Amino acid sequence: MAIFRLFSRFAPAWLAALLIVLALPAQAVVRDVYSFDTEEKQQRYQTMITELRCPKCQNQNIADSNSPISEDMRDEVYRMMTNGASDVEIMDSLVGRFGEFIRYKPLLEKRTLLLWATPAISVLGGLLIVGGIVLRSRRNNQIDSELSAEERARVEKIMDGHNGKSDSQA
Amino acid sequence: MKRVLLFLPLLVALVLGVLLFSGIGKDPTKLDSALVGKAMPEFALEDLHRPEVQVSQQVFQGEPRLLNVWGTWCPSCRDEHADLMWLAKNEGVPIVGLNYKDQRAKAKTWLERLGDPYSTSIYDPTGSLGFDLGVYGAPETFVIGADGTVLYRHVGVVNKQVWEETLRPLLNQAGGQY
Repeated sequence: MAIFRLFSRFAPAWLAALLIVLALPAQAVVRDVYSFDTEEKQQRYQTMITELRCPKCQNQNIADSNSPISEDMRDEVYRMMTNGASDVEIMDSLVGRFGEFIRYKPLLEKRTLLLWATPAISVLGGLLIVGGIVLRSRRNNQIDSELSAEERARVEKIMDGHNGKSDSQA
Repeated sequence: MKRVLLFLPLLVALVLGVLLFSGIGKDPTKLDSALVGKAMPEFALEDLHRPEVQVSQQVFQGEPRLLNVWGTWCPSCRDEHADLMWLAKNEGVPIVGLNYKDQRAKAKTWLERLGDPYSTSIYDPTGSLGFDLGVYGAPETFVIGADGTVLYRHVGVVNKQVWEETLRPLLNQAGGQY
């Protein structure tokens, strides 16, 4: 009974451990189907397939996607790479078939200029706004502290009156 | 200056509004083909019905045609089949079929049972021509000009509306009479 209680108490943990063990082979299936003679090529291949977007699943790169078209694209990258093609050649050949869409890193050209410039524009705009606010508040503070003699006299009068009132109330 | 700044939120809202409104109704899964304006890729594949016959890009010479990419594994291809039959029979449109990543026997049975709308059927079991065409999911239908130039790609099911609004005008522009 006690053992059972102990088990049921830790059941979620057991279950989680079991699931993790069961899930491991499933993760291993997709990886390492391709072998390269050098570590450098393996690295290039890995970078390439993470920078290529799957045209079917759209928000996945072809390294993560299991769709048949991603498989074909990985095959093609592997085939071209083992044939000695450069990264640019491989990219161009795939973009020639599937369009600019599959680049996760779009080229810097007229059409994509705004896309590339947006981060810089936002940061600059933000800095300008913050700068403007800081400048203005500083100026306002200066204006506030510069009271004319007449104004100072009025302030004192008001403060005195106020103190007197609160005294009488207390 | 301050008064001008007051209109800034309105301006931002307007610009964003126009930008976002133009995106409404657009299907982001439909991509323009990278091949539009380029020649049909070269290929040499077997005819689906006669393995001894080789089909090449020459099959697209002479008049504008449709190229329909399909497979028996593709449910949407079943959907559009009746409309393709109608296009071939009633409108007389020449449609070249690209049997994509399929098995010959299955494909032949399908065409025998449902009818064959294709003037020529190309058998592409490994998907090599499909890959060169940038096919990422069947069904896809290309409009090919009389000189073998790719003019347009439609991703998804072809029906009478797609025919009337898109494919028919394109074929006629390319010199067809439908």
